[in-house]
Amino acid sequence: SFVHRGRPEPLDLHLGMFLPTLLTQATPEQQDRFFMPAWNLEIIGTYAQTEMGHGTHLRGLETTATYDPATQEFILNSPTVTSIKWWPGGLGKTSNHAIVLAQLYTQGQCKGLHAFIVPIRQLGTHEPLPGITVGDIGPKFGYDEMDNGYLKMDNFRIPRENMLMKYAQVEPDGTYVKPLSDKLTYGTMVFIRSLIVGDSARSLSRACTIAIRYSAVRHQSELKPGEPEPQILDYQTQQYKLFPLLATAYAFHFVGAYIKDTYHRISGDINEGDLSELPELHALTAGLKAFTSWTANAGIEECRMACGGHGYSRCSGIPDIYVTFTPSCTYEGENTVMMLQTARFLVKSYTQVSSGQQVTGMVSYLNDLFRQRIQPQHVAARSVAVRINDPVSLVDAYKARAARLVEAAAKNLQAELNHRKSKEDAWNRTSVDLVRASEAHCHYVIVKLFTAKLSEISNAAVCAVLTELCLLYALYGISKNTGDFLQAGILTDAQITQVNQRVKELLAIIRPNAVALVDSFDFHDVHLGSVLGRYDGNVYENMFEWAKKSPLNKTEVHESFHKHLKPMQAKL
Amino acid sequence: SVNPDLASERQTASFSVEKLTARLDGGAECTRLRRAVVEAIERDPVFSRENQYFQSQNERYEAAVRKGVHLQKKIHEMGWTDNGPEFKYIYRAVAGDVAFLLHRIFARSILLLGSDEQIAKWIPLATQYQLIGSYAQTELGHGTYLQGLETTAVFDITTQEFILNTPKISAVKWWPGDMGRSATHTVVFAQLYVQGECYGVHPFIVQIRSLQDHSLCPGIIAGDIGPKMNFEHIDNGYLMLQNVRVPRENMLNKFCEVQPDGTYVRRGSQKINYFTMTTVRISLISDEVIIPLMKACTIAIRYSVVRRQSKLKPGEQEAKILDYQTQQEKLLPQLAAAYAFHFINNYLQELFDRGYREIQSKNFDTLPELHAFSSGFKAMVTQYCTSAVAICLQACGGHGYSLLSGLPSLYTKILASCIYEGENTILFLQTARFLIKCFMAASAGQPVPPSVTYLAAVTPGKCPAKNKLDFLSPDIYTEAYQHMAARLISSTAAKLQDLIQSGVKKHDAWNQCTVQLVQAAKAHCHYITVKNFAETVEKLETQAGIQKIMKHLCDLFALHGIFSNAGVFLHDGYISGAQIDMVTASYLDLLAVIRKDAVPLVDAFDFTDKSLNSALGSYDGQVYQRLYEWAQKSPTNKQTSPAYERYLKPLLHNTLSKL
Repeated sequence: SFVHRGRPEPLDLHLGMFLPTLLTQATPEQQDRFFMPAWNLEIIGTYAQTEMGHGTHLRGLETTATYDPATQEFILNSPTVTSIKWWPGGLGKTSNHAIVLAQLYTQGQCKGLHAFIVPIRQLGTHEPLPGITVGDIGPKFGYDEMDNGYLKMDNFRIPRENMLMKYAQVEPDGTYVKPLSDKLTYGTMVFIRSLIVGDSARSLSRACTIAIRYSAVRHQSELKPGEPEPQILDYQTQQYKLFPLLATAYAFHFVGAYIKDTYHRISGDINEGDLSELPELHALTAGLKAFTSWTANAGIEECRMACGGHGYSRCSGIPDIYVTFTPSCTYEGENTVMMLQTARFLVKSYTQVSSGQQVTGMVSYLNDLFRQRIQPQHVAARSVAVRINDPVSLVDAYKARAARLVEAAAKNLQAELNHRKSKEDAWNRTSVDLVRASEAHCHYVIVKLFTAKLSEISNAAVCAVLTELCLLYALYGISKNTGDFLQAGILTDAQITQVNQRVKELLAIIRPNAVALVDSFDFHDVHLGSVLGRYDGNVYENMFEWAKKSPLNKTEVHESFHKHLKPMQAKL
Repeated sequence: SVNPDLASERQTASFSVEKLTARLDGGAECTRLRRAVVEAIERDPVFSRENQYFQSQNERYEAAVRKGVHLQKKIHEMGWTDNGPEFKYIYRAVAGDVAFLLHRIFARSILLLGSDEQIAKWIPLATQYQLIGSYAQTELGHGTYLQGLETTAVFDITTQEFILNTPKISAVKWWPGDMGRSATHTVVFAQLYVQGECYGVHPFIVQIRSLQDHSLCPGIIAGDIGPKMNFEHIDNGYLMLQNVRVPRENMLNKFCEVQPDGTYVRRGSQKINYFTMTTVRISLISDEVIIPLMKACTIAIRYSVVRRQSKLKPGEQEAKILDYQTQQEKLLPQLAAAYAFHFINNYLQELFDRGYREIQSKNFDTLPELHAFSSGFKAMVTQYCTSAVAICLQACGGHGYSLLSGLPSLYTKILASCIYEGENTILFLQTARFLIKCFMAASAGQPVPPSVTYLAAVTPGKCPAKNKLDFLSPDIYTEAYQHMAARLISSTAAKLQDLIQSGVKKHDAWNQCTVQLVQAAKAHCHYITVKNFAETVEKLETQAGIQKIMKHLCDLFALHGIFSNAGVFLHDGYISGAQIDMVTASYLDLLAVIRKDAVPLVDAFDFTDKSLNSALGSYDGQVYQRLYEWAQKSPTNKQTSPAYERYLKPLLHNTLSKL
């Protein structure tokens, strides 16, 4: 949310989507009409794209906007149940306007999706306008603060000037004027997805802060006979759950910053008319959005589990972090679909390289595949080259893994194409391989960016501890994916054993700095919203205070005793 | 009418759904009985869950109590008895949304740990609901590590009473179900002190609320612990004890007793105190873990043939999302796991029924093996099924996040099972301790329990598979799992030995190997599950296509495990890189084969729409209409928005006048 970071609020879509869309897609006249009223909150808007039957696949949306030249109006309709707009935040109860995405029909032809400003509630009374059915979609997994809504339109008419016409236009007589480039709509998507990468880092950092501080407060069982119960953070299994996540939070933090910078650099280029880097950026953000949100999502749950039973209580704060974060695996592009978009770019790059062209940017490692053909017999010679204590060398190992999986997926795709007619079918039958290739590519990018960051850090102590985290991130990733590294012959059995051993050594090395490393995230207690993760560590007293506020504790004897329990005991 | 997209899936089933349902239930007669119980419950409006998703914590709690009370009436009315065949279906029929579950644990612990006199005194009261019981073990500061509990029970010879105390904040009992608001009695686990000496943790029956007006008893502070991720209907509670006195007879004393003069007497193994927990672990697997996974699979798979997205072939209509390989790869392994765990659960139930009888006759020989089984499988099945339900949720796109899908509440409920009745990591380590011990014994040529005899024959070797079809042979993959488990156990044992021989203290060496030990214990349980699935398939009837489809699922479960953990199979070269490619090929082929039977396979779980309580997963597949109708019931749509009156209206009107 814009006011409280990490917490959803009903005005989020107004501030985050409605206003920016006006800025980027409205004509100057439209901005005069809508922007200032919206800025002053006379108009409260939302962004209605997703329908009940369609999400990520935008071309499938069914809402129609049919132009009527006689009245110079668009007639909006939700022709089927599946076409009802579903999910937009703030739509259920808060907004009086929505930007609606609909299939444009003019002069009897469908011109694809376009955006329209649609008033939905009467200013003054806030009642839905005639022809508009609007409401709340009911309770969800989290986001209780948000009135996600539905919207059904029956022959609802809006003036021609309500279509956002900075790019595409419909003239009064119904003539359609095409936009210059449809790539430009990529820009907003790239921007929002890059925000999710940063959000993954932040959400995981919060969960790590709570779990690591609590693990320093909680004592359990015994490590040495006769000694007092140790902090649970002293157990290897607990360190193994939490420290790789801590390293991941740092890694994602740097990746998030990189993506943001890159976005700003490239949007500068776009404004100058240079779109050359856009496809790679688009592919990279799609993949990293999916990779980081999946990892953070699972990581937050691991942090919660690492807090034992108390993690399950809402007082730990982690359930709320989780339910607020987890939908980002789905919104702004479902993760599997995102991975397949990245894969499309990877396969395209691979095809370019195999036909003798060079590729640049993050995929340039694919050039090596053909420069020094990887042959099975060279495997033994190459594997010795990986030095497991050198992040730079580990980047090479990840690079080799990505190259191998991209190549394998591309070859499997080709084999399917050789067997079958349809491209789509071959793609579908290779999609599990393709997702694996994208994951390996993203994993490589993250290790590379984290490693590159180390040389920028001047403070020796900070650099040392971050190098340990970077090594842990890279080695842990190998130990969780040993199959890929072994099968490709990038590492030997003996090296894998060393990697596993080194991971455990790093856990012990990081242990003394663990709390300091989460303190560095600098989350204020109020923002963390967790009794377990308090800066002062006074966990148990405050859990007790918190529980007293439970609604069930308002009266000493609950009313259901009089209603149900007492009659039961009397009767029996 | 049934959505044609779902109806068409049912026309092509390769097997008889009804026969498979009967197989899952343990016979057609059991199916009939189960359906009769479910029908009797669902027909009764008191048990309706229709508005559950819209209720607050207070409303959920009250509804659960109402249902809990009504259920007792219903049971009498229907003539169901505790030992009757219907009993086990009742919980499934009420879908867990009912109070007094801990009351049953209370009664069970008395039956197991109490003397004949104690049973005679307390059980009739419990059965008649003259009291409501709970089970107070976990404390704020201590959970799985029982020896660490801090509540004290000091024996006072002069009055022949135990004095119970909560000496500090971390000793407050925390989490016990039914205790926050409902319970009148509870079994408190406390450190027993007699004449200054501590004898460890023992169970005491303590009254906490008045049987007259339900007010708290003197010296008792108790209440609800506040909102959780789920279980809003259960009043998980806290309990503080301040010099609470209970008579000497209130210590459950079948196995340990404090005599009037303060003499402490032990009969049989101390371990028996933990046997309650061991049996609870096994009994929760079916109702709390496997059933929710089956429900999640039913919802996600039915929805995946109704939902259409993008085009697979140009010019055709949008494809069912279940036709995408990536969607199959998400859901079908979870479906296979639901079946695998159903069968391993049957195996465990049998094992425990046998073990229980032996322990009743005070033969404790099988206890270590049973304990290792219950720990390891509780941990493995809960962990696996929790991830599986999460995958089902995420596979339903945006709508999965709506509570109306039913998936969020299945998820938030099942994930608690990873923690309660023993935290999973600790349970894996207990199994690992057993495995290491057995491995040492086997290496020394001593006899070991039947489940681990394979540890005696750890040999290096190579997987003999020559092509991808060889990996559809249960012998080939069961052998691979066995080899992998044995290797992980033996290499961890060797590492432990090395550390100890190099002078590292035993406990330090253990802690340094725990990550590997957990992995070894998981591998063992995974192996037993695969082996049991394969053996079960062997014994299935060949008619009606059932054995064939179960064989496919067994293959899928096994190959998915190899595909996802390729590294451990590759590590010592037992499976080669080329063979992993064969595994992958066979695995992906199986997805396409099982895809055709996916809907019939979830239909066979035989959940009623009411028990699924899901707008996405109903039998008729009318997903979108139902989602739309159910949303209308949301309280936010019934009343005018208080936020509008209070905040938005002044905001909008002020700005209007400002302009």
